[in-house]
Amino acid sequence: MLEVRWHGRAQQGVVTAAKVLGETCLRSGKYVQAFPEFGPERMGAPVKAYNRISDDPIHMHCSVSSPGYVLIADPTLIGMSLAGGMETSGGVTEGATENAVFIVNTPKPPAEMRTALELDGKPAKVFTVDASQISIDKIGRHIPNTPMLGALAKATDMVTLEDLIDDFKTNYAKKYSEAVIDGNVEAMKAGYESISEG
Amino acid sequence: MAIENAKSAQVGLTGNSAVALAMKQINPDVCPAYPITPSTAVIETFSSYVADGEVDTELITVESEHSAMSAGIGAAAAGARVMTATSAQGLALMWEMLYIASGMRLPIVMTNVNRALAAPINIHCDHSDSMGARDSGWVQLYSETVQESYDNVFMAVRIAEKVKLPVMVCLDGFITSHAIENMDTIEDADVQAFVGEYEPEVSLLKESELPTTYGAMSLPDSYMVFKKQQSEAMSGAKKVVEEVSAEFAKKFGREYGLIDSYKLDDADVAIVIFNSATGTTRVAVDELRKEGHKVGVMRIRLFRPLPHAEIAEALNGLKAVACLDRVDSFNDFGGPLFNEVRSSIYDLENRPKVISRIYGLGGRDYKVSDARSVFEELLKIVETGTVEDTTKYITI
Repeated sequence: MLEVRWHGRAQQGVVTAAKVLGETCLRSGKYVQAFPEFGPERMGAPVKAYNRISDDPIHMHCSVSSPGYVLIADPTLIGMSLAGGMETSGGVTEGATENAVFIVNTPKPPAEMRTALELDGKPAKVFTVDASQISIDKIGRHIPNTPMLGALAKATDMVTLEDLIDDFKTNYAKKYSEAVIDGNVEAMKAGYESISEG
Repeated sequence: MAIENAKSAQVGLTGNSAVALAMKQINPDVCPAYPITPSTAVIETFSSYVADGEVDTELITVESEHSAMSAGIGAAAAGARVMTATSAQGLALMWEMLYIASGMRLPIVMTNVNRALAAPINIHCDHSDSMGARDSGWVQLYSETVQESYDNVFMAVRIAEKVKLPVMVCLDGFITSHAIENMDTIEDADVQAFVGEYEPEVSLLKESELPTTYGAMSLPDSYMVFKKQQSEAMSGAKKVVEEVSAEFAKKFGREYGLIDSYKLDDADVAIVIFNSATGTTRVAVDELRKEGHKVGVMRIRLFRPLPHAEIAEALNGLKAVACLDRVDSFNDFGGPLFNEVRSSIYDLENRPKVISRIYGLGGRDYKVSDARSVFEELLKIVETGTVEDTTKYITI
């Protein structure tokens, strides 16, 4: 079973990102969970979201505490001890597995983020992608979730870019205009292409 | 992990969307609504079905939950099939009307997305809302998953209309209401065939040789007779829940009992619990079984009426049991589940020791490790023969 934890701030789209990831994996035949953890509900407040993805039915209904994948949509959460907005939430690296994959939304190089995450000399993988700039360029708004999904497709074999795009086009056509769908698809592709590993 | 291209027949829905979809497929006559977190999306989604003309339901937007239940009572007395949804403070504000709905024997179906009662104010899951309503004369069904929440809504309609009592379908706020999980849906035509047309024997709008009155004054010469009939209806509901669940299983392949036992047959110790935390406990059971410990878990699906005989039978032969309540009764003697399960097994000759553990209040996470800790306490009780703490808060 794969366990994913998303960190972001309200309005950055991490709950939707977890939803799209869950739906895409479900469509490829997996058992999935996608669920948010809300703290104080206001714009800019820290928010977490989770995914579980498995070949077998999932019975666990607790939050993900040992993620193998951590996606950080807002780098200002790094170093905060309350990165989920609640006293019990811990920091972004809390409980992550030794070989966890970290993907950080930042223009900075992965080595700098590895140091910021206090992962120097550790086997965890650290990737960076400038998802904020991509979303501004492609969607015209600062919603870094879809470039982060594209980056996840490149960094891991959890999901393919084609399946993500297919799910997004199918499930969100009713909710968003064609321009918004196209912008997000472009943002996914740009996230996929511009991710850096270090 | 390789991605397969096989498209699954399942869909991914949140608990709230699944309940709203079930309501759409049932197409009730009236839905009085006053949305509240975390059940807001049930009403939000359902109202879009109403606006899009996908259902024939009269959606009545009211100014409070007290009015929502009042409007529901009026509509149900007139002979309408009525459904609504609420949570926490909303259910609390309905209090007076809950008793009136059950006392008038009106088969209203309400989804309660479990949320902690204030104060302090909190939007997250615990069972203080529906547990407070446990003596209000409503049948209560508790749901472990998104799939079961959806399925229970259909069964609730059949149960309510058969026993002439309102039914509350409970699911965990956020944990189930906001989580996307795999689930199977039922075809609209099959839903309609299962729930059928609602034809009340009597109602205010139905022409009948037997004129009816709802909410009449009843003095000491008759009030107790009404209550005895209501009590008998509740007792009889157990058999109806079994029958409806059996018919559902036959038609749709998903089996639900009054209680749901997992690895209890040869168990020495067990946890008894409600809703989503059951699955988490089941993972702990599997882990401890691999380590050679005889542990199991029982989930209570039907809490009103209480399947006391089934509980006693399932726990007969065990040595120690922990009842986990996601609510405190503030009685200095454990939660409602503890008291009722302990009372249910009193007549067993070799009854297990029973402890109360209160967990997960206001959304506090209950992890596999928490379930393991409780099992370890139970195994120690069996080993030493002594209970150190009959009641205790955990996950704190």
